[in-house]
Amino acid sequence: MPMITYREALHHALREEMTRDERVLIFGEDVVAYGGAYGVTSGLAKDYGEKRVFDAPIAEGVIAGAAVGAAMGGLRPVAELMTINFALLAADQIINHAAKVMHMFGGQMSVPLVIRAVGGGGAQLASTHSQSLEPMFAHVPGLKVVTPATPADGKGLLKSAIRDDDPVLFIEHALLYRVRGEVPEGEHLVPLGKAAVKREGKDITLVAYSRMTLVALQAADLLSQEGIEAEVVDLRSLRPLDTETVLASVRKTHRALTVEEAWRTYGIGAEIASRIQEEAFDDLDAPIRRISGVEVPLPYAKNLEQAAIPDAQRVMKAVKEIFARTGG
Amino acid sequence: MGGKTAAKVGQSGLDKKTLLNFLHQMLLIRKFEDKAGELYARGKIAGFLHLYNGEEAVAVGAISALEPHDLVITHYRDHGHAIARGLDAKRLMAELFGKATGVAKGHGGSMHFFDASLGFYGGWAIVGGHLPLAVGLGLASNTLRKNQVILCIFGDGGTNIGYFYESLNVAKLWNVPVVFLCENNLYGMGTALHRASAIREVYRKAAVFDIPAERVDGMDVLAMREATVKAVAHARGGGGPYFLEAMTYRFRGHSMADPILYRDKSEVEEWKQRDPIILFQQRLREEGVLTPQDLEQMERETDELVADAVKFAEESPEPPLSDLHEDIYANP
Ligand SMILES: Cc1ncc(C[n+]2csc(CCOP(=O)(O)OP(=O)(O)O)c2C)c(N)n1
Ligand SMILES: [Mg+2]
Repeated sequence: MPMITYREALHHALREEMTRDERVLIFGEDVVAYGGAYGVTSGLAKDYGEKRVFDAPIAEGVIAGAAVGAAMGGLRPVAELMTINFALLAADQIINHAAKVMHMFGGQMSVPLVIRAVGGGGAQLASTHSQSLEPMFAHVPGLKVVTPATPADGKGLLKSAIRDDDPVLFIEHALLYRVRGEVPEGEHLVPLGKAAVKREGKDITLVAYSRMTLVALQAADLLSQEGIEAEVVDLRSLRPLDTETVLASVRKTHRALTVEEAWRTYGIGAEIASRIQEEAFDDLDAPIRRISGVEVPLPYAKNLEQAAIPDAQRVMKAVKEIFARTGG
Repeated sequence: MGGKTAAKVGQSGLDKKTLLNFLHQMLLIRKFEDKAGELYARGKIAGFLHLYNGEEAVAVGAISALEPHDLVITHYRDHGHAIARGLDAKRLMAELFGKATGVAKGHGGSMHFFDASLGFYGGWAIVGGHLPLAVGLGLASNTLRKNQVILCIFGDGGTNIGYFYESLNVAKLWNVPVVFLCENNLYGMGTALHRASAIREVYRKAAVFDIPAERVDGMDVLAMREATVKAVAHARGGGGPYFLEAMTYRFRGHSMADPILYRDKSEVEEWKQRDPIILFQQRLREEGVLTPQDLEQMERETDELVADAVKFAEESPEPPLSDLHEDIYANP
């Protein structure tokens, strides 16, 4: 299998889906000449023509709203919003429209659309450009929210998202574009709403998504050297949420730690912890703990920013505390 | 008041049947609205109810200019547009009652009428929020070569929100076949246009995007039709978006909750002198198109349609509780 970057994997997914289905088109900020803020759409306008790949002005409300309208009109748009921070300007369209059409109008019409946006911090872009807002959107029934951690999942999930008949918010992570991984060529689909065990282990379950999956894996490797075998579950989709895979892992390991870059309060970790205790309380040997982004507007200064984003050391420390409390 | 008024009925080039049908639709809308207001007061209808009394000529004239494969997308004051587009009054009333037989299965209510089979793509209740959708629908029409025109209707209040400017800009840029129709009834809830908009001629806001824009007498059904025929031809011919500002007035409150403290009774009375239904009746009589018998029959028919709609709504079942969990996703 070829080793390619996350960026290339996403690019391949777009290319393959555009070739497969003429109704797929791409529009958004700087997708043509600039090639997308992170280079994912580079070259697509040249190959598929500017009728299918075209720029939109810096008008997030209309980009998202036009995607809803285009989907209602029979297209399968992939709209690019540059970053999730700007999705706040499109939140009305995403939440009040995309998520509502199907149910509010009595099931007459669904809106097959994908909105791509970059999330996450770590590039010293300060507080307005570094947010992990996926929990806000994952809160909303009617939406699907996908957060790939690896190149292979990036490709497989994006292809599935484009083929899905519902609105999908596809959140890429700013620090993952250069990460390489093995990616199957051609048809490679990862189902939406299915978590994946990215590393097997018997002692504790680390539940993560997006870049925190890599952090959890790194921590798991370090823990292994100290005799703790952590299982890493990558949620991949935040809505629909695959509780079964998480529960199956916890029933095996009897301990769980969630790892997320987003803020802690009302977060993904809170949701996971709640579901585990509802369904598998008796399987637990220790209270579930959460690691999350520190609850501050993310600062610019490198040391402050680093201190606010979870890393492998923090994960290890939390895992050890869990074991110290309950014994191995 | 300004706004173009159409030539006399006799010169409209429309046959008697069409003209009488316009009157029939306007009457039906008026009676449907009056009945809905009454049923709201009696607790049969809940939520927000925005009635269309006084604005009937806008919907009927404009929508008559569309082909069956064209699309209508509108705001929450949507009853008139739905009736003019031919949605079944029975199923509309059932929607107001929150019944399973409603046009949105009782999920949407007054503000969210929808019938995909008739190209009626909603009632939308976020002011200005459906303008971007119209742009997207226009994009789909162009891309899939559907030759469809999208009639996008909204209020004067909707021209002060960012969506309006973003959508007009992109509509022109992408050359989409959208006819933007602003129903300027001079108020957004209780705020007069001049308190909310730096310019009072709304059509001038579209002109800055080089979109052809004009003001029309929205109390004159034939003027509305004539202007919209032209706008639709422009859009269908590949000319891109077109903008119409219909000067009109709502005779009742913003919604049933509105005590109407913000406008003088004299202003309302003045506008009622220009009741679009009475004006059109007079013109049809003068032209010899409408006989007293015609009118009597039409009154009877529309009364019956409304009575049937109420009966249907009353007798329809509530949505099953299982509906709560269905149709959230197409691919659950
Ligand atoms: C974004 C948004 N803000 C506020 C409201 C509340 N609201 C509903 S209707 C309305 C007035 C709109 O007036 P206009 O667009 O002129 O339409 P009209 O009711 O006069 O037909 C307001 C403020 C809303 N629905 N959406
Ligand atoms: Mg108004």
